[in-house]
Amino acid sequence: MASGKRGQDAALIGALAVLVGALLATSLAVGPVFLSPPTVVSALFGHGSEAANIIVGEIRLPRAILALLIGGTLGLAGAALQGLLRNPLAAPELFGAPSAAALGAVTVISLCFVDALSFALPVAAIAGALISVALLILVAGPRSSLLVLILAGLAVASLAGAGTSLALNLAPNPFAALEIAFWLLGSLEDRSMRHVLIALPFMVAGSILLLWDRRAFRALTLGEETAASLGFDLAWVRIRVVTGVAAAVGAGVAVAGSIGFIGLVAPHLVRPFVGHDPGRLPVPAALSGAALLLVADIAVRLIPSQTEINVGVLTSLIGAPFFIVLILRRRGDLTGASP
Amino acid sequence: MSDPVLQIAHLSVSLDRRQVLADVTLTVRAGEFVVVVGPNGAGKTTLLRAAAGLVPSSGEIAIGGVPLARLSPQERARSLGYLPQGHVFHWPLTVFDIVALGRLPRGAGADLSDADREAIGIAMQETGTEQFAARPVTTLSGGERARVAMARVLATEAPLILTDEPTASLDLRHQITVIEMLRRHANSFGAVLAVLHDLALAARHADRIVVIDGGRVVADGPPREVLTSERLAETFGVKADVIEARGAPLIFPWAVSGTP
Repeated sequence: MASGKRGQDAALIGALAVLVGALLATSLAVGPVFLSPPTVVSALFGHGSEAANIIVGEIRLPRAILALLIGGTLGLAGAALQGLLRNPLAAPELFGAPSAAALGAVTVISLCFVDALSFALPVAAIAGALISVALLILVAGPRSSLLVLILAGLAVASLAGAGTSLALNLAPNPFAALEIAFWLLGSLEDRSMRHVLIALPFMVAGSILLLWDRRAFRALTLGEETAASLGFDLAWVRIRVVTGVAAAVGAGVAVAGSIGFIGLVAPHLVRPFVGHDPGRLPVPAALSGAALLLVADIAVRLIPSQTEINVGVLTSLIGAPFFIVLILRRRGDLTGASP
Repeated sequence: MSDPVLQIAHLSVSLDRRQVLADVTLTVRAGEFVVVVGPNGAGKTTLLRAAAGLVPSSGEIAIGGVPLARLSPQERARSLGYLPQGHVFHWPLTVFDIVALGRLPRGAGADLSDADREAIGIAMQETGTEQFAARPVTTLSGGERARVAMARVLATEAPLILTDEPTASLDLRHQITVIEMLRRHANSFGAVLAVLHDLALAARHADRIVVIDGGRVVADGPPREVLTSERLAETFGVKADVIEARGAPLIFPWAVSGTP
């Protein structure tokens, strides 16, 4: 029952934090060169060999931190969007938000010739994501039945896809086309602390917005009208969630390209541990997202292949079948039968 | 006369540029159970939504003597409980957690205060829902869900309850159970404004019946005065006999009577 929920949540969050910490450490040790834990620790503080210092401090640390931040904000964005739309199939990735963000970034690069390490990039990516998420909420309408939502998502994703195709079509040279392809296949390879610094402020701001409305998500269990009658101003809740999701997705895409399905899968994995309560879900979902992306990023380094598989490709390969299973489980709702 | 809990004066509502309610005036006092009846599309649901502050309206609405517009969303949520038709539960929370949502306007978070627990306990006892406190709400039957929804509203401890078709799709036993819960709430110095289609239930349990037709109040008074054969013919377009049963008028509609 309800007794000691805060205690249960603290235990869950603690356990997930330990897991994320262990994965973070593993991420620093694993790669083409395996480093032992003591080597990693001494390299972290700049006391290792020159090679170890570079591998840990400049190659693996930024990559691990980005996996943590991007996975965490995507998990949080998924939990918040699912809370707002009262629907476990809602996730920013399914609605073309990352493609729209990628489109924003690509447009800025090809039109304004900004450097790939400029702050203009996350701003453009966030603008792209904002348009797509706001469009989705508008098209789906206040009632947002499961079916309408998925169809609206499909439409928005198609629009973002068409925009990206247009950008590829109009690409002035093969190099620009490659650049666009890169944004579509998310990767954490060869990132520096500078990338972390570009994304971090937007991710922090987005996370604050996404954590704001946990009580409203709980009230939304009873539908929009009843939640409004319980004293929640849903127009503002919607604005905060849409902006937060756009900031989280846009900032991630700006530094790592499009990484799919974390926002869908992460909340799902921890939901049973919080009694399906959408108000208790966001923080555990963020940690679960961080853990998922860290695992995926470690996996791409270990899977033997000629060129490293992009982590965005791996998450989509695993996430899409997961999505299909979720749809199958909720087929009753989709066909209009009673749940 | 007891104090007015809900006062509505000259209320008009337009949705999509269509006028749904025009110049509606009515008062619900402490201890009163008032039922709104009327044909489909008369504006009954819109009246409840306007009274709950969920749709923009012109005119005056006051709760406990304070204009609705001057209450903060939290104050409004503490003074009225709104129970829409069809009891939706989007996530499989436990019944206890659903009832606890009624405490949100009182500031309840993930952990509950003693006052929260007490109010939830009383609401669940009142509605006979303690037995499935730990069950996911989505596993309950329609009648059980209706009682859980009612418990959620009672847990807020708001003086005014606004409820739309609380007996829809319930079997006979549960219809009476739910109406009796509303009656008890009114008797303990609360106030209830309910939309009902079942005129027999309304006549038997309501203190007053307000008839709405075409967005206007066409009658407002005790069941016996309002539910007459002439009124039913005019508003609902039916030929109906009004029979006396157990001290209340019993309506027996037997044919349609041309256009209302």
